[in-house]
Amino acid sequence: MTTGLTLAAVSVSRGHRTIVDDASVSFEAGTVTSVIGPNGAGKSTLLGIAAGTVRPTSGTARLGGHDLRRLSVKHAARRRAVMPQDATVAFAFTVREVVAMGRIPWRDLKSDVDRVVSDALATTGLTHLQDREVTTLSGGERQLTAFARVVAQATPVTEESVILLDEPTAAMDIAHAEATLALVRALARRGAAVGLVLHDIDAAAAYADRVVLLQHGRVRASGPVPEVCASATLSDVYGTPIEVFDRDGRLHVGPVRRDPVCTGS
Amino acid sequence: MDSTVSPTKASGRAPLPAPAGRRGPSRASRVALVTVVLVVAVVVVAVLSASVGQFDATPRQVVSSFGRGLFHSLDGQRSQVDTVLWNIRFPRVALGLVAGAALAVAGAVMQGVFANPLAEPSIIGVNSGASVGATLVIVTGAAVDTPWLLPAAAFASALLVTLVVWALAQGGGKAAVLTLVLTGIAVNAITASATSFLIFLGDTSAREEVIFWQLGSLADASWSGVVWMSAVFAAGFAGCMAIRRRLDALALGDASATASGVNVERLRIVAILLACLLTGAAVAFGGVIAFVGLIVPHAIRLLVGPSHRHLVPLSALGGAVLLEAADIAARTVIPFADMPIGIFTALAGGPVFLLLLRRTLRGHGVGAR
Repeated sequence: MTTGLTLAAVSVSRGHRTIVDDASVSFEAGTVTSVIGPNGAGKSTLLGIAAGTVRPTSGTARLGGHDLRRLSVKHAARRRAVMPQDATVAFAFTVREVVAMGRIPWRDLKSDVDRVVSDALATTGLTHLQDREVTTLSGGERQLTAFARVVAQATPVTEESVILLDEPTAAMDIAHAEATLALVRALARRGAAVGLVLHDIDAAAAYADRVVLLQHGRVRASGPVPEVCASATLSDVYGTPIEVFDRDGRLHVGPVRRDPVCTGS
Repeated sequence: MDSTVSPTKASGRAPLPAPAGRRGPSRASRVALVTVVLVVAVVVVAVLSASVGQFDATPRQVVSSFGRGLFHSLDGQRSQVDTVLWNIRFPRVALGLVAGAALAVAGAVMQGVFANPLAEPSIIGVNSGASVGATLVIVTGAAVDTPWLLPAAAFASALLVTLVVWALAQGGGKAAVLTLVLTGIAVNAITASATSFLIFLGDTSAREEVIFWQLGSLADASWSGVVWMSAVFAAGFAGCMAIRRRLDALALGDASATASGVNVERLRIVAILLACLLTGAAVAFGGVIAFVGLIVPHAIRLLVGPSHRHLVPLSALGGAVLLEAADIAARTVIPFADMPIGIFTALAGGPVFLLLLRRTLRGHGVGAR
């Protein structure tokens, strides 16, 4: 297989603590794979291994068939774009300047930076904010800017593209979160392998093709959404009753709320 | 929660609030304007600086003498004005321009490397680190025979101190700003005590040389110093120009910069080496001149934005202007006295630093991000 990204039996330990324990995960072309699990389950670390920012203590990560350790940073960046959890920018760059940073790995190839950046701003709905300084934006707008940068970096999207997103919608309101996740789906339709860490299990069930459920750094379950998102498994892993129900052919996941006051919004 | 909200379609989202930005699409045109203004300012302060002092020369005399000396030989028709200008003023002006440019570029690069506007070489201890090496060379008398030893020692100890600060300030997370500043205080204290010990060991003439040099002054400028300084500056500046576009990515944080195809470790080491080379050289020839590397890049960022593509070259021009202006002040504020130039840069730099510190801490320091 020469597309996508695979992690084979990767582990990460720091001191005596094992953060990721013998996990094997593959992000396949044209597929959205969502990584879910409780706090501290090792989701971000797992994505960090795939992103090349966390070195696994053991196991290998392969990007399009190449061992990540042997791939140059620049060539890896042409295939794989990453959005970290922290979207802060140290200096007052404008939104457009930040999005243009996504083109850094493509600099020595002839590419129309202005057009790619304009397209990325338009698809994420940021065109009207392009001259604003990122330091003056809200958390959600900053996240959207980071997402637009990832879109610009992943252009052109092919079957070799890998896009990794660590809680891309955590600071967004519901409208922007839904729009962003819809865009993520569109990227996968164009061939990209998408890895997506999400806290919102319901969103994961709605937008992902496959789900990887982590518990204490191990893969508890992985596979198509209906296989993993079973009420019993989720309730056990999260330690709280979780219900899964089918409505109009789509799985919905949410906590069981006994107190009627909490069931409304 | 989710069950009560109807599914939102991608097209149905509300637009974000209208921009209240204070900046139009004019960053590119500002760059051109600022460049022109700074080039003119460099020429003006250079001519002015050459004409003021204990021996007054008119700007017209300065320009005329400079032109004649450059295009014809001054032999045979050398007036008293020419002698003063070519032996004392011109080397001093040249050294001031180049040292100012070096300090400002080093500051801009250092701030890029640390992704922190407060990473001014003198705050984090680079200048005082350089002065340990230089003091050692002065006190042992090694600089008398081998003149290149002074800048080399200043560079080496500046590098050592920067690497120590970098290692100690790692992993600060949210408190990165505080960590950097506090580490700087500790490192400054240690290097200052090392320098004091060396001064204690030295003889009277060495002590005088060190103290004069710690306050920062261009009064000792000579053509050989100008040649050395310019050579080091040319090399360091060329390196900074080559890496400057990659420095932008460090503002995203190390993980994002790596994912954007930037070899962060290598870039950081190269950038630190270059910044130490520039600071070390400026300190070796002009003494400890603080805050130029803080004030200038900060002002340029306010004018044209933080992109290093413009920040690095414009900081060179701005640093030249600032240090030359400070040198004019050093020679004219008290009549017939040549004050240490470091007094003026610190006087302007201290308040700027406090302002920046307050703003940075409010932004993303100990409080909420």
